[in-house]
Formats: sequence, C-alpha cells, structure tokens
Amino acid sequence: MPEINLLEAIRQGIDEMMADDARVFVFGEDVGIRGGVFRVTEGLHAKYPGRIIDAPLAESVIVGACIGAAMNDTLPIAEIQFADFIAPAFNQIVQEAARIHYRSNGDWTVPMVIRAPYGGGIHGALYHSQSIEAFFAHVPGLKVVAPATPYDAKGLLKSAVEDPNPVLFLEHKKTYRLIKGQVPDEDYRVPIGPADIKRPGEDLSVFAYGLMLHYALEAAQTLANEGVSVEVVDLRTLRPLDTRTILTSVRRTAKALIVHEDNLTGGFGGEIAALIAEHAFEHLDAPVTRLGGPDVPAMPFAKPLEDAFMPSPGKIAAAMRKLAAY
Amino acid sequence: MPTDITMPQLGESVTEGTVGRWLKQPGETVAKYEPLLEVITDKVDTEVPAPEAGTLAEILVPEGETVRVGTVIARLHGSDGRAQAAGDHEGHNGGEVAGMRRDASTPAPAVTEAPDASPAERNTFLSPVVARLVAENNLDPALITGSGQGGRVTKQDVLRFLAEPAMAPASGTGLQPASRAPANPGASFSAPPTSPQPAARNPQMSALPEDAELIPLSPMRRAIAEHTERSVRTSPHVTTVMEVDLGRVIAHRNANKAAFEHQGVRLTFTPYFIQAVVAGLQAVPVLNGSFTEQGIVQHRRMHIGVAVALDEGLLVPVVRDADEKNLLGLARAVNDLAERARTRRLQPNETQGGTFTITNHGTSGSLFATPIINQPQAGILGVGAIVKRPIVISQGGVDAIAIASMSYLSLTFDHRITDGATADAFLAAVQHALEQYA
Amino acid sequence: MTLTTSDVVLSPSGDGPSLAPETLREMFRFMLLARTIDERMWLLNRGGKAPFVISCQGHEAAQVGAAFALTRGKDFTLPYYRGLASVLVMGMTPTEVMLALFARAADPSSGGRQMPAHYGSRRLKIVTQSSPVGTQIAHAAGIGLAERIKGGDAVVWTSFGEGTTSQGDFHEALNLAAIHQLPAIFQCENNEYAISVPQKLQMAVANVADRAAAYGMPGITVDGTDVLAMYEVTRRAVERARRGDGPTLIEARVVRMTAHSSDDNDRTYRPSSELKRLRQHDPVVRFAAYLQEHDLLGEDAERELRQTIIAEVDAATDAAEQAPLPDPETLYDHVYAP
Repeated sequence: MPEINLLEAIRQGIDEMMADDARVFVFGEDVGIRGGVFRVTEGLHAKYPGRIIDAPLAESVIVGACIGAAMNDTLPIAEIQFADFIAPAFNQIVQEAARIHYRSNGDWTVPMVIRAPYGGGIHGALYHSQSIEAFFAHVPGLKVVAPATPYDAKGLLKSAVEDPNPVLFLEHKKTYRLIKGQVPDEDYRVPIGPADIKRPGEDLSVFAYGLMLHYALEAAQTLANEGVSVEVVDLRTLRPLDTRTILTSVRRTAKALIVHEDNLTGGFGGEIAALIAEHAFEHLDAPVTRLGGPDVPAMPFAKPLEDAFMPSPGKIAAAMRKLAAY
Repeated sequence: MPTDITMPQLGESVTEGTVGRWLKQPGETVAKYEPLLEVITDKVDTEVPAPEAGTLAEILVPEGETVRVGTVIARLHGSDGRAQAAGDHEGHNGGEVAGMRRDASTPAPAVTEAPDASPAERNTFLSPVVARLVAENNLDPALITGSGQGGRVTKQDVLRFLAEPAMAPASGTGLQPASRAPANPGASFSAPPTSPQPAARNPQMSALPEDAELIPLSPMRRAIAEHTERSVRTSPHVTTVMEVDLGRVIAHRNANKAAFEHQGVRLTFTPYFIQAVVAGLQAVPVLNGSFTEQGIVQHRRMHIGVAVALDEGLLVPVVRDADEKNLLGLARAVNDLAERARTRRLQPNETQGGTFTITNHGTSGSLFATPIINQPQAGILGVGAIVKRPIVISQGGVDAIAIASMSYLSLTFDHRITDGATADAFLAAVQHALEQYA
Repeated sequence: MTLTTSDVVLSPSGDGPSLAPETLREMFRFMLLARTIDERMWLLNRGGKAPFVISCQGHEAAQVGAAFALTRGKDFTLPYYRGLASVLVMGMTPTEVMLALFARAADPSSGGRQMPAHYGSRRLKIVTQSSPVGTQIAHAAGIGLAERIKGGDAVVWTSFGEGTTSQGDFHEALNLAAIHQLPAIFQCENNEYAISVPQKLQMAVANVADRAAAYGMPGITVDGTDVLAMYEVTRRAVERARRGDGPTLIEARVVRMTAHSSDDNDRTYRPSSELKRLRQHDPVVRFAAYLQEHDLLGEDAERELRQTIIAEVDAATDAAEQAPLPDPETLYDHVYAP
C-alpha cells in the first residue's frame, strides 16, 4: 500500500470521484489553474475541463450556487479557502443547505460537500487558524466530518460526495503534509458516522479529532511509558455523532478526556461531556474533563502566543496524568 | 561559531523543502538578505536570503535533496564572528510539537479542573461508578484500599477487591471483609485449595515428636520450598559482589519525592534499581536469558521481577517491559504491584513471565546475600542495606576520606549461561548506572 | 429605459410574437385566480382560520406575464414569498396552495412545516424557498451553473423584491451569473416598499435595473402591471439565456395593494392619498379592460369566469380545511435524506 499524505489522499478522493461521475465538480477560490492555495486540486483543472471552477471571492454564493447546482442534479464540492472565511456563507449553510430537505418535507435534497481547511499551529494568526466545528455541528440537517488520517480522509471524502445531504468536510491544515499514512489503491469508503478507536486502552478514554487526535496519540504513548493505558477515540464525524462508541468506551474505562483545539466554552467537547454525564453517569470514576483552546477571540500570530493557545501533546499528557491519578 | 542556516517553512502546512540550487558556494561571501539558495516546496519555489552577512562555511544539504523544515542545510561564518542561530525554527518543524513548555508568562490551556482531595486525609468520595458497584455488591467501601487521589477508592480498586477471593491464598482469611459474606455467601471459603504433592525426596514425617508442634505448610510456603529447591538443583549458582555509592540516587530521590507524591506515586529506591538492571541487561543481554538444552534463549523484552517480603513468605510480581517505562511509570508499577502483593490481590499472571529478578534484602538490614535464582532466569540481583560509610576518594591525585551512602550489590548467576567476567561486566554496568544516575 | 406595451409588438394580430386569444384569456384566468385565492386568504385570516397571509396583490401581471414565457416542467423557478401567481402558472393547484395556508400534512411545499407562501415542488421545478431574503438568487445562479456543466438548455428564473437587492447574495449571484453567462433571469418586483421602508432608503439609484450595467448584463425596467409587456420582456430574456448569451435583470415596477402581510398595517407608513390611488394601478382591472377593449373577453364571459374561479377556490378551501394536520410523530422525518 502506498504511503501518502493527507492532502494527497483528499486529492485522490476528489480525482477518483470526478473520474467516476461527470456530475461531480469543484467550485472555490483559486481551485482552477493554481490548484488551490494548499494545492489540493492541483492537476485536476487540466484533467476535468469545465468542472474545476474558480469562484469569485464571495463565500456566500460559493455555497449558495453549489446548493442550487446540487438541486439541479450535480454533485458540487465547494471549497472555502480557509474555514475562517466561511462566516459569510453561514446563512447559506445553516438556513439553506441544512434545511432544504426538511423544509420541503423530503422533496428536495442537497447532495453537496463543503471542504474547509481549519485549525492552527501554522502561524496563520486570527484569520487562518480557526476551528469552526462547534458552529456547524450544532445544526441538524448538516453532516460534519473531521478526518485525521489519509485513509480516513479519502474514504470519508468519497462518502461525502455520495451522501445525499450537505456535508461540511473539515481538513486540519497542519495535517495536510504532516500526516502520512497508507492508503490502498483499491476503491473504498469510510462511512460517515462511526468513530474509530485509534488506540485501545483501559485506564481512561480520550476523544479527539483532526490534529488533536495525533497529539492525543502521542500523549497516550507517553502515558503508556508511565504505566497508564489510554484509549484514544477518533471521532471522525461530529454530526451525526457516534454516541454508542463514546459511551461504550467510557463505560469501560470510567474516565473521559475530550480534547479539541477550538476554544473551550461552548466548544464541541461540551456536547460530548454532556452526553457522557447524561448517559454514563453511573459508570464514571472521575469528572469528565475537557482540554480545549483558551477562551480568547482567536489564535494570535506571535509564536509564544500561538504556542500558548495550542493544545500540545505535553498539555494533553498532563491532563491525562491528572485524570489517571484521580 | 558559525550560524546555522535551516530549511525555512515556506507556507502553511508545508513540512519539507527541496534544495533547488545553491547560489553561493563555500568560501563565497554573502550580504545580508542576499539570495543564498533556491528552495522548492509543493506550495512555492523561492529564493532564500542569507540571514546575515558573512561567508558561506559549508553546505550540508546538496541540490536536489529534500529535508524537513528546520533541518540545518548550511553554515555561515558571520562577518563579525558572532555566534548565533539563524532564526528560531524550533516548533516549526512539522513533526515537532509546539508549546510543551509552560511558565508563569504562558497561560495554562483551558482545562476543567477536577476537585483536588487533600492528601492529608483519605478521600472518601465515591464516584458514580464506585457507588453503583458498592451498592450492587453490598460492599463496605471503608474496607477497600483506595489507590486514587487522596486514597479515593477507584473503580479498579473495587474490581480488584471483587476479584480477590479467586486470587488470594486461602490462608489470608484475615483479609476477607465480613461484609462480603451476605453478597457472596460462603463462596470464597467453601473450596479449600488442593495441596500440591510434596516432592518425593523430601522427608516424610512418621509421627510428631511430643516436644514439637506442627506448622502446616501454607500453599505459599510449599511453593517457595518447591521452587528454591528446584532452582538450586537446576542451576549451578555463583554469587559475585560489588559495592555501590548511592549518593546521586539518594539526591535524585530526595529532589523528586514530593513531585511524585503529588501524582499519587510513592518513590522508593526499587525503580532506580530496576532502571540500573535494565542498563545492565542492555549492556550484557545474555543475562536476560534462559538455559535450555537447545541453547540459551535470550529474551528481547525485559520483564523484571521484584521480590516482595510478606509475613508468611515471599511473592515476586513482575514489572513488564521495564525498559519501556520511565521512572514515574516504574514507580507507579512497583507501588501498585507491591501493594497488591501485600493485600493478595495480584492476578496469577502478574507473578509470571519475569526475565530477571531483583531482591531488596537490605530493607531488613542484610548487607549482602546469595540469593537463589528465580527459574528459569539467568540471574538475580540482591541489593543490600544502604549504609553510610567512610570511603577513600581520589581527586587530582589526592586521596581523601569521605562519607558515602554505600550498598553491596550481589549478583547470583547461572554458571551454565555465563561466566564470572561477563557477570561482573553486568554488575559493573548496574553499578555505573546507579553511581552516575542523572 | 422603461419598456411598456407600446414599446413591444404584442398585438395578438400584429406581426410580432403573437399570443393566441385563448392564451391571453388563460393569462387573465391565472391573474384572476391568484387574486381570488389571495383575497380568500385574507378573509380566512381575518376570520381566524389562517394565522398568516402574505400577499401577491398588485404583482399578478408581473408574475403571470413572466411565467408564460417559461417552459413548465423544464425551466426552474425560484419565486419569493409574493410569488403566488407565478407558482399557479407553473402548475401548483389552488388546493395545494390552500393546504400550505392551513399547514396540512398534504401540503406539497413543505408538509405544513413552512409558513404559508413558501411554495416549492420538485416535480414542477419550483425550488423550495426560505424567509431570509435573497438566498434563492444564489441558488438560481447555481442551477444555471449546473445546467452549463450538464450541457442542458433549461433556464432558471428567480424573483425578489427591491429591498432584497440590498442583500449581498443579490450582488454575489448576479456577478457570478454574468461572469459565466449563465442562463438566468433575475426578476425584481419593485413595489417601492420593503415592509415600511421606501425605495429611496433602500438605494440611491432610480431603478434597480440601473445596477445591471455594473455586473455586465442587460437590465430592463418594465411596467409590471402590464402583463403583455412582462411576457415580451421575459420571452426575450429567456431566448437570450437559452442561446447561451447570459443572464438578464428585469425590474418589474408593480404596486403592493395590501399591507406587507396580515401582521402589518401599512396605514402607519403610507400616505392615504397613495393608498387611494392603488386601485388605479390594479393589473387585473387593467388587463380585463384590455381584453374587453379587444373583444377578447365579454362581460358575460368574465362574470362566468369569476364564478368558476370562486367555485374552484371554495372547493380548494374546503378540501384543504378538511385535510388532516401533520402527525407529531413526523417531526423527526426528513432531517437527513436517506
């Protein structure tokens, strides 16, 4: 099996879906001849004439036009250049894409993917570092996916393109080239929904996604050296959430740590914590614990400030130790 | 000292770069911000300027080679001869992780605080799962030894407690809480353990003399008897002794004891001895082996047994993969195993599979001993009492008498497996690891 | 430029694109049907049977004229909430409209989930709509984009009020449609009020159509109470779009003959003189006069038509009122498509 990075895995997924189905097209800023600012669509413009379309700098109509296109029997992949720029499209995503099937009583569907590179630790400052999942994972009718490995990214991308619903596909930009992994040549899918236990363990459960999944795995290895066995669950899909895997894990280990890069208050971790408190209360042996970014408006640029913002393997290991010792 | 030129991070998410062309060759001078080389990444192709004026001292990465961001690719002699690093790229390196350090100026990450129990008194809080388990099994939590923060009874403590009857020797009736009985009536006591058949050549008692009393063999006593006898019969035992200055270990322990305590871990000397034995086994791997007729089986994994003295005998629980654990991990494992050995809550497999054993006979005052090998291992290290003694130290050719905390290390080894010189090399490595502990 | 009937060749017997007398009478029938349903809705609202009404009175000619230039079942329409007359032409029945008013389970637009007047039908290619204004303009551009990718020749028509042209989506969508010369017709129904705010506080230009030049597409202001002018202007725009020559912005100057909605009182912000004049611009009255003038619809025939329509609306009202409400159990249906 060839080893490729996460960015290449996404590109392969798009390429193969476009080769298989002429209804698939990509619409976003700089996706055409430039191949996207992160190079995700590199080479596809020449390969699929008229189907890799440069959009004007207008996020609302990038999403809005893809909604219309999806209702006219095509399978659009909208690219938001940075998740930080998605706010102008909030209305189109939340009130249109996510609601069209429901409000039309099942008459219309919006089979589209919105790809959005998110996350920090890459010197992107306030407007190239944000985590936006909490805003959107709140929305019924929308699916929210956040893969962490090349295998999952490609498999989930294909599932997202085929899904009859709008799927927000979150790509942690630091993982693009940092994370490499084996991806089979054969066609495969990773279903939207199920979480994946990336490291089984006994003493406590950690729930993470995206870059934080890798940091959590690193921290779990550190704890293993100290004699603590940590289970690391990759949520992969935030909505619909795999509540069964989360609860099964916590009922076994009796301790839960949720890690995300997004700021803590009102973050997605609160939802998982509430889920555990509500449905696994009698199995808990320690307070449900969250580790998130600080409650500041966004990630600053200067390296010491950025480092202070970012959860790191060290910070995660410290939270794990504390929970293990409880 | 020359300035390091590192592979810059050219764009978000970029983790590596390829040297395209060197625009300067070693010996050539370069002005500050003058293009030094061309770098190609999958996002941009660009010229990289010199961080300061100077002379290119050496090129470390040739054209066409791809290296990770932050890799030193060349060195530059500054025109003013100052030593400095070109750009602070640590943490920019793709694989490296930002923000491990935390100090007063760096705010802690937002984390929900778990309530801290005062270490002074036992934390009697019952977590939801412990409350449920205690209720379901009709247990008295006060009778369960707590291993959590402040002595809190954890879920694992309850599960071990519940598993106890199967584990504990039948002699340990005093450890059985009375409250167990109603929930599990008689079950723990109903089946007396079957005694193993005594070895055929042991003397059989025909009648008890009038002036003597018979102490029945507990299963543990019987097992120790059987095992030591078999060991002495099996392996030609040789014991070699060295002394060790534990000054650095003691200093390290004193400095870290409180921090470990804060994490709920009691720091004894045993983890240090395990670390030293691991160092010894790494230096002389044959002692991590077993003798067979086909040859010596040399184990790759290092599972270190630690003898735990009990009133009625001895148990040797095993710290698994000791070479993969740091001091905290070892201390936590030793705490846990020793505590459960004393309270008879070890799982059967936790005393099996060791590849080397340590016996800390010094805790009872013994200076040195000739321990018996725990079969089928190659050796056993005895650690004697730590005693302050005057020793002669030499510094700059001058001898002086100093007070040092000394201990004797006794290694008993299986002469079938190795010989005295190799065994001494092992022991010297152990000694070195302890004396130079850092 | 403002086009009126006199500017275009429309005479049924003339040498321009001709409309058969029965087509003209059919146009009138739709205008009258829309008006009758609309008035019935107000009655039902004032009688306590319909919680909410939003009206298309005064817009009938603009919508019927435009819709007659489209091909039913092929072209996409994305009307806004005043689009009753347009959806009737595109195939929605009075009963279906009434089912939406009463929020009945059988409401084809939304199964009783949306407020009344949010029409939609996949079968009829009437795209489901929401209440935040202007979002559908972006959808229309995207439908045109997809049509381009698929190589089809359907056109997309969307409507909105002049207040909506202040929204970013209006700008973003028209810009996109013009860049790619998408087959779209953007119909602004300018009734000079966005609820209570007059046009002069919505924009500094005299006509919405003036903005078209900035996007690089034709913009035409037309008398939206003139159904034949509306038909002709839209027909040309449709032809242009189908040919691949790109989008058109059509500004239909209309009158809002009622308050914004049943929850509004326009007497608080419209001068009474203006309210009195509204009836003079009534597009239904105007087209009836035209048909009579051209001997296309006699007084008896008109009376008969009105009676037929009233009977039809009575039946639709009764059928919808008697239809069952949605079962609470269906609350969780259709959150996600299977």
